[in-house]
Amino acid sequence: MADFVLNQWWLLAAMILSLVPLVLQFTRDGVMPTLETLDRRWIFLIMFWAVLVPIYYIGVTGETFPETPSALAEATFEEIERLEEGDRLLLAFDFDPASEGELGPMATAFVKHAAEKRLRLYFMALWPIGPQMIADAINEIILVDYPDMVYGEDYVNLGFKSGNEGVIKVIVTNLRELYTTDARGTAIGDIPMMEGIENIQQMDLVVNISAGYPGTKEWVQYAVTPYPDRIRLVGGATGVQAPLLYPYIPEQLPGLLGAIKGAAEYESLVNAAYGGDDTDPKYLEALRRMGPQLVAHLLIIGLIIAANVIFFLNRRRVARS
Amino acid sequence: MKRDTLVWTLLMVVGAAALFGRAVFTTDGMGREYVEAVPVGADGQQIQFQASTYGAFLAAQAADPNQTDIQFSLPRSIGLWIAALFTLAILSFLYGDNPFYRIAEAIVVGVSAAYWMAVGFWTVIVPNLLAKIAPGMIQGWAMPGLTGPEADQNLWYVVPMILGVMLLWRLAPTGAWISRWPLAFIIGTTAGLRMIAFLHGDFLAQIRNSIVPLVVLTQEGFDLSASLTNLIAVVGVLCCLAYFFFSFEHKGMVGHAAQAGIWILMITFGAAFGYTVMGRIALVAIRLEFLLDDWLWLIDPIGRRVA
Repeated sequence: MADFVLNQWWLLAAMILSLVPLVLQFTRDGVMPTLETLDRRWIFLIMFWAVLVPIYYIGVTGETFPETPSALAEATFEEIERLEEGDRLLLAFDFDPASEGELGPMATAFVKHAAEKRLRLYFMALWPIGPQMIADAINEIILVDYPDMVYGEDYVNLGFKSGNEGVIKVIVTNLRELYTTDARGTAIGDIPMMEGIENIQQMDLVVNISAGYPGTKEWVQYAVTPYPDRIRLVGGATGVQAPLLYPYIPEQLPGLLGAIKGAAEYESLVNAAYGGDDTDPKYLEALRRMGPQLVAHLLIIGLIIAANVIFFLNRRRVARS
Repeated sequence: MKRDTLVWTLLMVVGAAALFGRAVFTTDGMGREYVEAVPVGADGQQIQFQASTYGAFLAAQAADPNQTDIQFSLPRSIGLWIAALFTLAILSFLYGDNPFYRIAEAIVVGVSAAYWMAVGFWTVIVPNLLAKIAPGMIQGWAMPGLTGPEADQNLWYVVPMILGVMLLWRLAPTGAWISRWPLAFIIGTTAGLRMIAFLHGDFLAQIRNSIVPLVVLTQEGFDLSASLTNLIAVVGVLCCLAYFFFSFEHKGMVGHAAQAGIWILMITFGAAFGYTVMGRIALVAIRLEFLLDDWLWLIDPIGRRVA
């Protein structure tokens, strides 16, 4: 920490300089009057530094916080862990760059885990930008770290189909009705790993990473609920969406990763099992992003307490007067 | 000079000076993208440029200073700078509405609409409609890989095509009423599909999921944790239902249960809000990480600039 402060003094100087006007206002007007009339842009600025400094610190030092996996992350891990080599895994990437910060690390960890287990991966997307997310996962993980995996035999990209839940409704009984070719334009019949696949009931597990509609809720409603004994689903969802999915646990949704916290827990499990002694930093993405979470959450808790103190003090003052 | 103008001018000058200093006076510079030339095709005569890193470029240069396999990419670098400047433009809305934000917003909306339209055409209209009606033509024009049973003609798809044309009729100056028929079909079908899905997947399944044993016995004996979890879930469901139960006045036992229901709902909303905050911070974090790492080259967590 001391080395960081000495070497990166300019960052801390910039932060302090940017907050000087606020400190001057506090000294000039007093603490309570300043807090009562505080411009919200000061809070944005403080939040900016609360997120940026930990990112910078972790980026320079490479240190991350230890993560203790929750029961849900362990359940998600176990769902993939129980699969055997060659089993079929459907990965539905229903997100876009707007939620990549939360869901990208989950996608990376899921693909690494599945590749380590030598599962057959079927990628698909119900979001138009989903294929780009799939391409990123293939280019950055499979092609780099698992070059022996062969397209069409070990993994296939089925691409995007519009129609939202309508697509799920169709492919649970007839995949070939909608998917005539893969994302590269190769006929489904010419892809070796598609041989004998008529519908997604033949998948051993479905993993859905979703940022909203259509997403995990639709997969539960249109795939898992009609075929509870044939389709098993685990999901990764954004923080906004995760609370809506908890009622489905564990009967309809045995595993769920909620927001970046869920991603970090799952990442730590995958790295512990398959990361080796020197884990590649690209598989520590979620763990790195837990640093800014910690500082920003502490700031928000502090702001909530300060706002409540001001509220109660004001109420008491009004009551006395 | 107005206060806002002064702030903006200061930010621009300081930002430009910092960027200039970073780009010119540091060893490695910033904001550059590199590509690797990869031979493709059966004979390897064609070249495809794939994303590479500055670290790979340094390593290749060290091995052979005249190498051209890994090289600087101007188009990708321009893309990176546009992404960084647009990120700053969007974030500038936190200070207040301004022309930079509006330009970035308008471009995002326009590009998204065009992207959706192009993707919809090539991934739905062509393979799922035209390829069913005229597979031979589509195979020769757009989908050479369309073979086997998937290439069989299916004229039933003329029906959705006609409905689609009728839907677009609303753009015509007269006869907009024609679009109401396919619209009615869409609404009816969607309502039916969703009603069944909600009844089956939510309503009935949630009732079933709420019927759980309050005393959980396992092979090891009494499971206190699971029993407590189930008890809290059942009591929570009953109290929340009591809050929304208006056939009786909320007095006595019903009133107490309804009051507890409010507390449980508030805790739920608080937890959901907490999750939302966590999500939003993660989104800010990735944008700042992009600016510091990809653009400014101030941090290098993945080691992309190490030879």
